[in-house]
Amino acid sequence: MSRLVLMTQLLLLVAFIGLWELAGRLKWVDTLIFSYPSKVGRQIVKDAFNGELWPHLAMTVGETAVGFLLGTLIGTLLAVVIWWSPFLSRVLDPYMVVFNSMPKVALGPIFIVLFGAGFTAIVVTTLSITVIVTTLVVFNSFNEVDNNLIKVIRTFGGNRRDIFVKAILPASFPAIVSTLKVNVGMAWVGVIVGEFLVAKIGLGYLIVYGFQVFNFTLVLSSLVIIAIVATGMYQLVVYVERKLLKER
Amino acid sequence: MTQVPVVELKDLDLAYVTDREAVLALEAMNLTVSSGEFISLVGPSGCGKTTLLSVIAGLLPPSRGEILVHGKPVQGPSPEVGYMLQQDYLFPWRSILENALLGLELTGRLNEESRSSVLELLDGMGLGNTANQYPHQLSGGMRQRVALVRTLATNPDLLLLDEPFSALDYQTKLQLEDLVVDTLRQRGKTGILVTHDLSEAIAVSDRVIVLAARPGRIRKTYVIPDNIAKAQPFYAREEAGFNDLFHEIWRDLETLEGKGE
Repeated sequence: MSRLVLMTQLLLLVAFIGLWELAGRLKWVDTLIFSYPSKVGRQIVKDAFNGELWPHLAMTVGETAVGFLLGTLIGTLLAVVIWWSPFLSRVLDPYMVVFNSMPKVALGPIFIVLFGAGFTAIVVTTLSITVIVTTLVVFNSFNEVDNNLIKVIRTFGGNRRDIFVKAILPASFPAIVSTLKVNVGMAWVGVIVGEFLVAKIGLGYLIVYGFQVFNFTLVLSSLVIIAIVATGMYQLVVYVERKLLKER
Repeated sequence: MTQVPVVELKDLDLAYVTDREAVLALEAMNLTVSSGEFISLVGPSGCGKTTLLSVIAGLLPPSRGEILVHGKPVQGPSPEVGYMLQQDYLFPWRSILENALLGLELTGRLNEESRSSVLELLDGMGLGNTANQYPHQLSGGMRQRVALVRTLATNPDLLLLDEPFSALDYQTKLQLEDLVVDTLRQRGKTGILVTHDLSEAIAVSDRVIVLAARPGRIRKTYVIPDNIAKAQPFYAREEAGFNDLFHEIWRDLETLEGKGE
């Protein structure tokens, strides 16, 4: 069954690429806009060999990794602070909801003015979309911890710190790790949008540059690279998650 | 000989205050439990059985009156009092041994000596070879035994048992009743059991206290005759007078349920 699924998946991929190639070669579609796979492939190979690709790739991957790790960390810390103070959590509740539903990438230009067009502004743009969601998810998982586990701690005279360290945090650990997974995807959005705005280096910059010079092969090859690297990163996080949660 | 009672409730009231209303959960409770005694609290739902345990455990402050444990007012949870909940509530990410050591960790008394005494306790309950396993690998009865070890590990004088057998199948429940009663008797501990199961209450206790609901208050105390109280719970059910007592208290409870409507 799973073999059949895998075969079908591969077949779909091959068919898609084949059809695209055919459509391009036979001029069914405008190759200026849609390009075709062998051309995209040549572009990637060429950029990889003449070394033009690597600085862009390294920059984007760096920004994404910093963005999603920092986003998860800050988001979790914020959730801890809010959990610690029931007063604060009630005060902040409506703001969190509003802030969460607001399209925060729109703040990108402000970050660029604040931090200058570069790495910091892009990471901050990424954080603006990862932190709040992480906080909400992690805070929710803090609140969903079985009250009876907390009661067990309390019957032994444990204080709020004991409750957090011995019950809340370990019980929420799977939720925190799973926000890593969500944040990988979010971080890519943040980084690419950030690079659109700043546009000096990075895969997002390559996409914008491709548009400007009407080189859609470059645009599509950047997208293919993003898809591959993002998938790789996601799989890495899944692998880490499995390692971390194996003991349970 | 003026032995200080283990637990003393003096005119104790407890009210829950919410934004909308205040509900009187316990009213004018007077109760004395002496050392080595085992008492059970039975009554219709809403009679505040579990609330009363929480007050004795120091988890809830009384609204009025006094609660003394070993003659001292209860200020909060203390290592002298152990609490066993309806289910085991073992921490799934901790091994059996780590679960059993939780109380010692929290009271800052974890050392080589206390650790090996917990291992002995586990051994004594037939859990010795599970020390490095995780809760999900154990059966319900074994898990509740681990919870018992966790409660006993801090060596409390008084054990509060909040329906600890209610989630178990019948056979396991009978075995665990025997185990708990034997353990408490051997160690000269005092026990307060909350239960829905009247036959369990009679079989394990020296006294059965019937509570009335809304507000929770003591209605009647039944002293269990020695022949039943001293027998192992499993055999106590076959002792002379057990059935008569059961029916007497049962009728009492039924009239309470009737009034509660």
